[in-house]
Amino acid sequence: METNTVIIGLAGVLAAAAPVLFAVIGETITERAGIINLSMNGTILLSAMGGFAVANETGSLLLGFLAGMAIGTLVALLIAFSSITLHVSQVAVGFVLTLLCRDLSYFLGAPYMNIPGPRLPSSLLLNLGPGETSPVVEWLVRLPVVGPLLFRQDLMTFLSILVIFSAWVWIFRTRPGLMLQGIGERPAAAFVRGANVNLMRYVYTAIGGAIIGLAGPTYSLSIKAGWMGTISGLDGIGWIALSITIFGGWNPLRAAFGAYLFALLQWLGLVLQPSLPNIPSQVLQVAPFPLMILTLLLVNISNTEWVERMMAAMPERLRRLIAKLLRALRASPPASLGVPFESE
Amino acid sequence: MKKKIWVNIAFQVGALVLALLSTTLLLLAAGAPPFQAYAAILKGAFGSAGSLETLLITWSPLLLTTAGVLITFSAGLWNIGVEGQMAMGAIFTTWMLRLLQETSLPPALTIVLGILAGIVGGALWAGLAGALKTFGGVNEIFGGLGLNFVSTALTIYLVFGPWKRPGVGSMSGTEPFDRSLWLPTLPDTELSLWSLTLSLLALVIIIVLLRGTHFGLRLKAVGKNPKSAFLMGVPTWQYSMLAFLLCGALVGLAGAIQVTGVYHRLLPNISSGYGFLGLLVSMLVNYQAVWVAPVAFFFAAVNVGSIQLQLMYKLDSSFSGVMQSLLVLLVLLGEGARQRFLRKH
Repeated sequence: METNTVIIGLAGVLAAAAPVLFAVIGETITERAGIINLSMNGTILLSAMGGFAVANETGSLLLGFLAGMAIGTLVALLIAFSSITLHVSQVAVGFVLTLLCRDLSYFLGAPYMNIPGPRLPSSLLLNLGPGETSPVVEWLVRLPVVGPLLFRQDLMTFLSILVIFSAWVWIFRTRPGLMLQGIGERPAAAFVRGANVNLMRYVYTAIGGAIIGLAGPTYSLSIKAGWMGTISGLDGIGWIALSITIFGGWNPLRAAFGAYLFALLQWLGLVLQPSLPNIPSQVLQVAPFPLMILTLLLVNISNTEWVERMMAAMPERLRRLIAKLLRALRASPPASLGVPFESE
Repeated sequence: MKKKIWVNIAFQVGALVLALLSTTLLLLAAGAPPFQAYAAILKGAFGSAGSLETLLITWSPLLLTTAGVLITFSAGLWNIGVEGQMAMGAIFTTWMLRLLQETSLPPALTIVLGILAGIVGGALWAGLAGALKTFGGVNEIFGGLGLNFVSTALTIYLVFGPWKRPGVGSMSGTEPFDRSLWLPTLPDTELSLWSLTLSLLALVIIIVLLRGTHFGLRLKAVGKNPKSAFLMGVPTWQYSMLAFLLCGALVGLAGAIQVTGVYHRLLPNISSGYGFLGLLVSMLVNYQAVWVAPVAFFFAAVNVGSIQLQLMYKLDSSFSGVMQSLLVLLVLLGEGARQRFLRKH
């Protein structure tokens, strides 16, 4: 393969990972607070449809993206209300909402099927304003490798990278972030420290939902511009994002790695397609899933009892080696994930 | 005590009314006259002998998937892999029928073996999700989801690859089987009493199993509190695995019925959402097996009736899904609200 093709392909991977990143980071923040937002698959579809519809009616891309965020926030608040206030199973409500949002998007989106609409400029720096592009931008864009890889990306790709790092800094490097970890791990302890656990859970679920809601419009207004209903190929992305969240061990950086890996695998599937004519394209597109199960297995297997028992029976040096390997891969969820909190 | 029952009913009726109100608003938003639309759904489901026939054909796989997930729900497991398990049942049945159709075996025996293969296929796929959960620590929701995608890919691969129609493969599925390999139907209809009987029988067995046996009681104990069940001497993981296998067998049977009794071939989307719909029905009946038959019948009616909406008002057929999930959501929330606000005083 030519170097140029590879670089353009990798630039495509960065862009294609953007919506997955929004979903994964949004979910990571939500789950850090102890709430599972299982509705992602539907939320992404509904926010994609809603974002496109609003942008199409108003002609404003900004309103389209805001509509997506509003949808994500609303759905998340519904989950927060039902689990925090009503103590209904988060998994049940999230699952029903997944189906509801998906069918709603198909039902309400029918008038917007296959019509042209506004689309995000494919490069942020080259479209900053009317008139000439500044010489600095010109120079950046023409740089070898990093030019096409980084500086020709659109706004959402930049934003997705920004979201990764801000989430990481917030969770691991700030005081409120420490409290966020607390309400997901040991809400009772956080409560004693003066945290209003349930209010914070509401807030973080809403913020997480808003970020998840960016994923849909990133598809419908940029990567796969337009709304194509059932054949838009978005059904399933949310489930992938949920698995990547686990693979990411609730750490934004590791989650981002998972999202990029996934986008890379999908791109490889497309690239390899011509050299594997016997395999239908639909099969290569799902190739990441068995890998995803495998990684989930690797991430979780050290949490099981029989592995512990087997390791105890191993010779010391082998045991240490395997323990080290498993610990590097291991991810344990926030201890109070999915558990409602009562202050009394 | 009596008052409590009335409050229960009031909350459920309230949820139903709210759901109808919301769907009415949606219909208005989509520019369709709501009352005519509801009438069209009713007429589409019950209006003619033909529609009633379609309704019964839709009802039986839904009964099976619902009965299946009731077992896993009783064991406290979220078997989201149910869609893939149904597809795997269909794949195994198709495989067995293809294998035996050239032999001199009597067709009746071939069909029976095909259906058995479907049951095994579904159970195997569910067992895989169960093993991932039990021995790998992979939450059944994520293992199941991944396996759903894998089985979809496998179906598409088979339909477009090794099992493709003479010439070129298409989304319309594999070459239909010879008529002798179809489940016998009532004269002049496409309705097979075999599939209906099998589904109802399976449901009755599950009702008895869950409500009247030691096994059911232990299974529920595992679902409610695995730790104390284990301390009471219930082999916990064995029961979880058994729940997965049983569920997979029933759902695999649903897939087998779709192949032998309805489509007579393998389709790319053979499970058609019946698995997820079964999860919705179980939630709506609050995991009470006795209510499954009527509620599944109602859901099937909404599915069949909504096809009319598409024909008459050009509305997307996903309206049925909106109605069903909205109803389940509001009933869940209503139940939560009742428990939350009425227990206080």
